[in-house]
Amino acid sequence: ATLKVPMIFFCRNNGYAISTKTTDQYASDGIVCRSRGYGMAAIRVDGNDIFAVHSATKAAREYAIEHSEPVLIEAISYRQGHHSTSDDSYQYRSVDEVNNSENIHDPLRRFEKFLMKQHWMDENDISAVSNEERMSVLKAMERSEKRPQPKLETMFQDVYKEMPLNLMIQEEALQKHMKKYPEKY
Amino acid sequence: MSHVRSIPLLSKTLRSRFHRGARCWKLGQCRYQSSTSGAFQTRYDDDQDDVVSSFGQNGAFPNSIPEPNLDALPGPKTSMNLFTAINKTLDTALSTDPSAIVFGQDVAFGGVFRCTIGLREKYGAHRVFNTPLTEVGIAGMAIGYASTESTAIGEIQFADYIFPAFDQITNEMAKFRYRSGNQWNCGGCVLRMPCGAVGHGGHYHSQSPEGFLAGCHGIVVVMPRGPKSAKGLLLSSVRSKDPVIFLEPKSLYRAAIEDVPDAEYEIPLGKAEILHEGTDVTVVGWGAQLRTLAKACHIAQNKYGISTELIDLRTILPWDVQTIEKSVKKTGKLIISHEAPITCGFGAEVVATMQERCFLSLEAPIKRICGYDTPFPLVFEKHYLPDEYKNLEAILDVVEYSK
Repeated sequence: ATLKVPMIFFCRNNGYAISTKTTDQYASDGIVCRSRGYGMAAIRVDGNDIFAVHSATKAAREYAIEHSEPVLIEAISYRQGHHSTSDDSYQYRSVDEVNNSENIHDPLRRFEKFLMKQHWMDENDISAVSNEERMSVLKAMERSEKRPQPKLETMFQDVYKEMPLNLMIQEEALQKHMKKYPEKY
Repeated sequence: MSHVRSIPLLSKTLRSRFHRGARCWKLGQCRYQSSTSGAFQTRYDDDQDDVVSSFGQNGAFPNSIPEPNLDALPGPKTSMNLFTAINKTLDTALSTDPSAIVFGQDVAFGGVFRCTIGLREKYGAHRVFNTPLTEVGIAGMAIGYASTESTAIGEIQFADYIFPAFDQITNEMAKFRYRSGNQWNCGGCVLRMPCGAVGHGGHYHSQSPEGFLAGCHGIVVVMPRGPKSAKGLLLSSVRSKDPVIFLEPKSLYRAAIEDVPDAEYEIPLGKAEILHEGTDVTVVGWGAQLRTLAKACHIAQNKYGISTELIDLRTILPWDVQTIEKSVKKTGKLIISHEAPITCGFGAEVVATMQERCFLSLEAPIKRICGYDTPFPLVFEKHYLPDEYKNLEAILDVVEYSK
C-alpha cells in the first residue's frame, strides 16, 4: 500500500482451518475490514457466486490500475470437504451443516441451476459435461500413475542453480552405497 | 617460563572451586601450554578412567533429577503408544498444576495427532483451547504467560512451521532470563511439536529442526524416543525452570508401543541414556533414529561380532558431553546419525566437541550418517534417510579403519 502497487489480494475465506472455525481466528468482521488498517480498498463478495466473483475481480482490477493501489477481495465460501485425507471433519462439525452448504451454496450447483433457468442447458447436457470431466480426470490420474519414477539424480538437483561440491560428494556416496545394497532400494 | 610458576596457583584455585577438580588437575597427568596472552589451554592425557568432569557430579543439566528406574516404580504398567503417553502426561500436568494451560491449533477437538484428546472436556475451555493460525502468536503467548510464573504448554502443529516463531524463540524465549539479570524468566513454557520423517511428509511435514534450535542458548531442546521416555521427559520439561522445545517424532505416535508405568516419573534433562553397553563403537542418535540405529547395531553384533554402545542423547541442548565422552574414550570410535541434513546438523557439534576432548582416544575419524543437504524429498524419502544399512557400513568402516 505504501508503495502504491496495483495488486489484488484475493482471500478465499472458507470458514475453517482444519477444525478451527473463523470465530476462533478473529473477533473482527471477517478479513475485509483489515483493509482499513492498511489504508487500502476492499471488496467482500459471495465466493460461491461465479458471476459475483467475476464482477468483483473485474472491478478490483480496474480500480487497482486506475489508482495504482492494492485492493483486497474477501470471497466468502465454505469448505465442504475434509481438510485432508487425514481429517474426519464430522468430529468437529455436523453432517447437516455440510449438507446445507452443498444443497444451498454449492457454486457448481448454483451455476447449473442458472444455466437451466436460462434454457441454455438441460439436465442431460449437464450430466454429459459432468461425466466427461470426471472421465478426463480419471484418465489423467491413470496416465500419471503409469509414468515412471523420476531419476534418483533429481533428488540432488535444483537445490541451487549449479550443484555445489557437498551435494556431489553426497550423491556419489549414495550411488556407491546403493551398488553395495541393490535389493534394498 | 612464566606458565610453570602459575600452574600451582591455578590448580589450587580450581581444586577449591570444583569438587572433582582434584582428579583432573594433578600436575603429573596434565600438560599445560600457555598462549602468548598468558591464558591457559589444557590438554588431557588419554586416561580411560579419568573422565573430564570438572563441572558437577554427573553432568546433568541443573534441575537435575535422578534417572528413574522404570522397572522399580510401584504400580502397574499400561501398554500404550506415543500419542497416548503424551496425552496422559498432559493430563498429569494439568491436574497437578492449576496454572497449566494447553493451547495451539486444533487442540480443542483432540489435535491432529490426538495428543490432546479429552483434555478440554476434563479441564475446561479456559485451560485447553484453540488459538488462531499463528506460530509467532502461539510462541509469544507461551512466553508471556510463562513470564507470570505460570505453565504454558503450546502446540505447534508441525515442527516445519516453527520458523515464523523463530524470532520469539531466539530473541525472547532464550534471552528472557539473561537480559533481565535473572529478575524474570519464562521457564514455565513448553512448545511441543511433531517432527521427523513419516513416509509421505515431503518438504513441509518431515523436518527435524533441532540443529537450528541448538543455536538458541537459553532454551532446552528435548526429543524422546518412545512412550516411556516421552512421559518422563515431557513431565520434566513442563516442570523445568527453563523454557523447553519438545520435539515428538511423529512416525512414532502410533507405531511406538511400550509398557509405560502408570506412576508419575520425571526423566532428567541434559542427560543422555545408554541403551546398550558395548566396547567397539559408540553410536549416538535421538528420536525415531534410535530404532534404525538399533537395527544397525544388531546386524553389527550378530553378523560381524562388533560390540556397539548405543546412546540416546535425549536432550539436544544443553547436551550430555560427559556420557558421550566417557563412551568414546572407551571405544575409540564414534558414529552420529540424524535425519536432518548433515551440513551444520547437530551431529557436527558432537563431532567438534568430541575430537577436541577425546582426540587421543580416537582410533578412526568420527562419522556422521545423516540426511543429505537437500530439502526433505517426497518420492525419494527411502533413499534420503540415514537407514540401518548406511549406518552399518559406517560401523564397519570405523572398525576397519581402526585395525
